[in-house]
Amino acid sequence: MTKQYEFHNRGLPLLLVMPQMVIVVIFFFWPAAQAILQSLFIQDPFGMSQKFTGISNYVALFNDKTYFNALVLSFAYAAVVAFSAMVIALFLAVQANKKIAGQTFYKTMLIWPYAVATMVAGVLWLFLFNPNIGVVAYYMKHTLGINWNHLLNSSQAFLLVTVAASWKQIAYNFVFFLAGLQSVPATLIEAAAIDGASPIKRFWRITFPLLSPTTFYLLVMNVVYAFFETFPIIHQVTAGGPGQSTSILVYRVWKDGAVNLDLGSSSTQSVVLMVIVIALTVVQFRFIERKVEY
Amino acid sequence: MVERNLFKRAAPHVFLIAAIAVIVFPIWLVFVASTHTLQEIITAPMPAWLGGHFLENYGSALLHGTENLGTSALTMMKNSLIMALGISTGKIVVSLLAAFAIVFFDFKFKKICFWSIFVTLMLPVEVRIMPTYKVISDLGLLNTYAGLILPMIVSATAVFLFRQFFMTIPREITEASQIDGATPMGFFRYILVPMTKTPIAAMFVIQFIYGWNQYLWPLLITTKQKYYTLLIGINRMLSGADTQIEWHIVMATVMLAMLPPVLVVIAMQKQFVAGMTDTEK
Repeated sequence: MTKQYEFHNRGLPLLLVMPQMVIVVIFFFWPAAQAILQSLFIQDPFGMSQKFTGISNYVALFNDKTYFNALVLSFAYAAVVAFSAMVIALFLAVQANKKIAGQTFYKTMLIWPYAVATMVAGVLWLFLFNPNIGVVAYYMKHTLGINWNHLLNSSQAFLLVTVAASWKQIAYNFVFFLAGLQSVPATLIEAAAIDGASPIKRFWRITFPLLSPTTFYLLVMNVVYAFFETFPIIHQVTAGGPGQSTSILVYRVWKDGAVNLDLGSSSTQSVVLMVIVIALTVVQFRFIERKVEY
Repeated sequence: MVERNLFKRAAPHVFLIAAIAVIVFPIWLVFVASTHTLQEIITAPMPAWLGGHFLENYGSALLHGTENLGTSALTMMKNSLIMALGISTGKIVVSLLAAFAIVFFDFKFKKICFWSIFVTLMLPVEVRIMPTYKVISDLGLLNTYAGLILPMIVSATAVFLFRQFFMTIPREITEASQIDGATPMGFFRYILVPMTKTPIAAMFVIQFIYGWNQYLWPLLITTKQKYYTLLIGINRMLSGADTQIEWHIVMATVMLAMLPPVLVVIAMQKQFVAGMTDTEK
C-alpha cells in the first residue's frame, strides 16, 4: 500500500480530527481516568464528601467472597455461551455452505436475528419460560413434570440466561463462519476427496484449521459479548438472581453504581473489567499477528 | 461437490429447518400473543395461532402504551429512531473526517491522535458506564438526545474501516484531482465520499442496529418518559410491581421494537455482511 500523504496543510487535518478527538477525550479518556481515580476513594452515598483510601477498595473487593463468586460465574457463563453459540453456528454454517437448494433463503433466515436486540432476546425467552403464563414452562410442568421457576431455582435461572444469550449470538457467529468457509479453496477439499478422505476427515483436517483465524476472532468476541453485552438479558430475565446466582460482573458494576450508589466499589469493579478486556485484546492481537494458521 | 446419497442430500435441509424453527419459535409466539386479548394470553397455555385483536393491540400500544408506562410506542419509536440515526450518521461523519485526515495528511500529533483513537477499540462502553454517566450528568446532558447519542459514537470501528478503504485508493486519483486544482475538501466532498459509498452503507447498517438496540445507556440516563426508547419502555412495562402486566400491549411493542432493525438487515444484507466481516481484519 502506498502512502497517501498528498495534501500539505497544517491546520486542516487538525480541524478534521478534532470532532473525533473531542469525543474520545470527553467520553473515553475522562471517564476511564475517573474510574481509576474514583477507585482510590471512598465516597459517602450522597456524594457530599470523599476520602482518599489508596488501594483499600481493591482489597475490600478481592476479600469479598460474593465478588469472587461473580468472577467465577462470569467466566463459566462466558465459556458456556461462547462454546454453544460457536459450535451451533459453525455447524449451521457448514450446512448452509453446501450446494443445496434454497441456500439464499436459509442464509437470510439465519442472519436476520442479528438485528434482534439483546434485550428483546431476553424478553422473548422470559415470555416462553414465565412460570405463570409461559408456554414452555406450562408444558414442562404438565408433560415432563418439571416445575419451572427461574425466579426461585438458580440453576434454571443460569440455564435460561445462557440459552437466551447463546440464541442471540448464533446469527453473529454464523455470518463470520460462513464468510470463513466461503474463503476455503474448493480445490483443496476436492483434492482431499479424490485422495479418499471422508467428509468428516476433510472438515477436521482441512476446513477447520483454515478457519482458525475466524474461530479465534469469534472466541474473543463471544467472550466479550457474554461478559459485557448480555447485561440486558440478565437485567430483564433474572435481575441477577435468585440470590446472586446470575449476577455477572457487568451487572454488579451497574447494580453497585446505579442502585446501591456505592461509586467507589463500582469504579473499582470497572477498573477490574478494564483489565480483563485489555488482556483479552492483547491476547487477540498476539494471535492475529501469528495468524493462527497451520 | 454434490452428494448423491438421498439421506445425505436431505440432511442439511433438516438441520437448517430445525435451527430456523428454534430461532423463529419464540418470535412467532410473541407475534401470536400480540394479536390476542390479555385474558387469552394469561390463561395458560396461550393459543398457538393468531387471534383477532391485531389492530386493537397495536393501536393502543402505538397511541397509549400501558397504564403504568405514561408514554406511547409512537413517542418511544421516535426516540429510538433519533438515537439510532444520530449514532449512525454522527459516527459516520466524524469517522470519515478523522480517517481522511489520518490517511491523506501528515501532521503534528498524528501519532498521538491515531493511538488515542485506536485504544477506544479496547473498552466497550459497559465497562466505564458509571463514570460516563457522571460526565454526562456534569455536562447537564441527562434526559437529552445529545446525552443518548454522543457517548455511543466514541468507538473507533468506523474510523478503521474507512482508513483501510482509503489506503486502497490509488494515489493517481489523488494526484489527478490536485492537478485539476481540487482543494483537499473538494477532493473529499466530490471524489472521496462518493467512492466510499459501499463502506458507508455497510457502516450505516451496523451502526443503526447498534444504536436502535442500545439498552444499558438509555436505561441509565433517561428518567423522563419523554425520552424513553422502545427497549426502555418495554422494561418499564414489565416491571410494574403491583399491577397485572399488560402482556398483549407489551408483546405488540416488542414486535414494533424488533421490526425496523430486522427490515434494515434484510434489505441491506449484502452490505451488512461485507461490513461485518471487513471490520474484522
